[in-house]
Amino acid sequence: MNRLLPQPLFSLFLWLLWLLLVNSVAPGQVLLGAVLAVALPLLTARFWPDRPRLRHPLKLLRYIAVLLWDIGLANLTVARLILGPTKRLRPGFIHLPLDLEGDFAITLLASTISLTPGTVSSNLSADRKTLLIHALDVEDEAQVIAHIKQRYEAPLREIFE
Amino acid sequence: MLEILISLFLLIGGIFALIGSIGLARMPDLFMRLHGPTKATTLGVGGILIASVLHFSNRGDGLSLHELLVTLFLFITAPISAYLIARAMLHLRGDKDA
Amino acid sequence: MLSAAITIAFTCIAAALLLNFWRLLRGPTLPDRILALDTMYINTIALLVLFGIHLDLTAFFEAALLIAMMGFVGTVALCKYLLRGDIIE
Repeated sequence: MNRLLPQPLFSLFLWLLWLLLVNSVAPGQVLLGAVLAVALPLLTARFWPDRPRLRHPLKLLRYIAVLLWDIGLANLTVARLILGPTKRLRPGFIHLPLDLEGDFAITLLASTISLTPGTVSSNLSADRKTLLIHALDVEDEAQVIAHIKQRYEAPLREIFE
Repeated sequence: MLEILISLFLLIGGIFALIGSIGLARMPDLFMRLHGPTKATTLGVGGILIASVLHFSNRGDGLSLHELLVTLFLFITAPISAYLIARAMLHLRGDKDA
Repeated sequence: MLSAAITIAFTCIAAALLLNFWRLLRGPTLPDRILALDTMYINTIALLVLFGIHLDLTAFFEAALLIAMMGFVGTVALCKYLLRGDIIE
């Protein structure tokens, strides 16, 4: 945005984080939090190789809502798979071709995959083109890939690229 | 009323944490073991932390939201731990792309 | 009502910790043990928060947050050691 606030959303996040950490909204803490929120992005600017650019903050909120819902579902699915007979599970590795490019977006996608039903991302290839995913119970590989692409990767592309 | 809600969250949390650990104990190989702790355990702790938010906000000294910080932190770090452990396993097995 | 729920939750977490400990002892590979340790950290956070509710004290929050951070750093350091044979490059 400008030189004082290079990453406005990051600053907002830090400010909220500080208020949560001290668990109070006393004027002194609000002020101290604001100082930290301005100072920390400036001091750490050189550690950010590429700054993720948020195109649609509102879509990110929608993405988070979908994600929280899916985490709930994921837990029920995984609980069922864990408590059921283990012999009938069909575990396997899936190679997911990536369309995303930014480091931050790929990190978000990989974390999303780990938190949602029956899949854990296990390795990103050196050229950042494929993500190796382990699935607990796969019926149809192509269907899992299509599901991830449509439900998580497409919105992330819209938000960041 | 609120007490019932707190109790419910505590039970959900405890049961999911237990299920995650059962997964860790009984699945036959490492990659399958990863699924339990990354998902069920995070939600298990999440449930107990939400119960804690409700309980301490109800005491009368204002809203207490800092437990959400631990939940947020776990949601961010659990996939990263799982990714690194999976990578370490691939590396030990000698897969070339690890 | 609440105290009954707390007792049940305590039992669940304690059983979970025992299962984690069993996996920690049994292995069979190093990543298995790291995973068991990581899960133990997370369950310990739950145990601490639960203890805080039980005693009606907020003082345990800082300990829970610290365990969450140190646990994560520990897991990352152990995995990096396995991957590279070195922690600080």
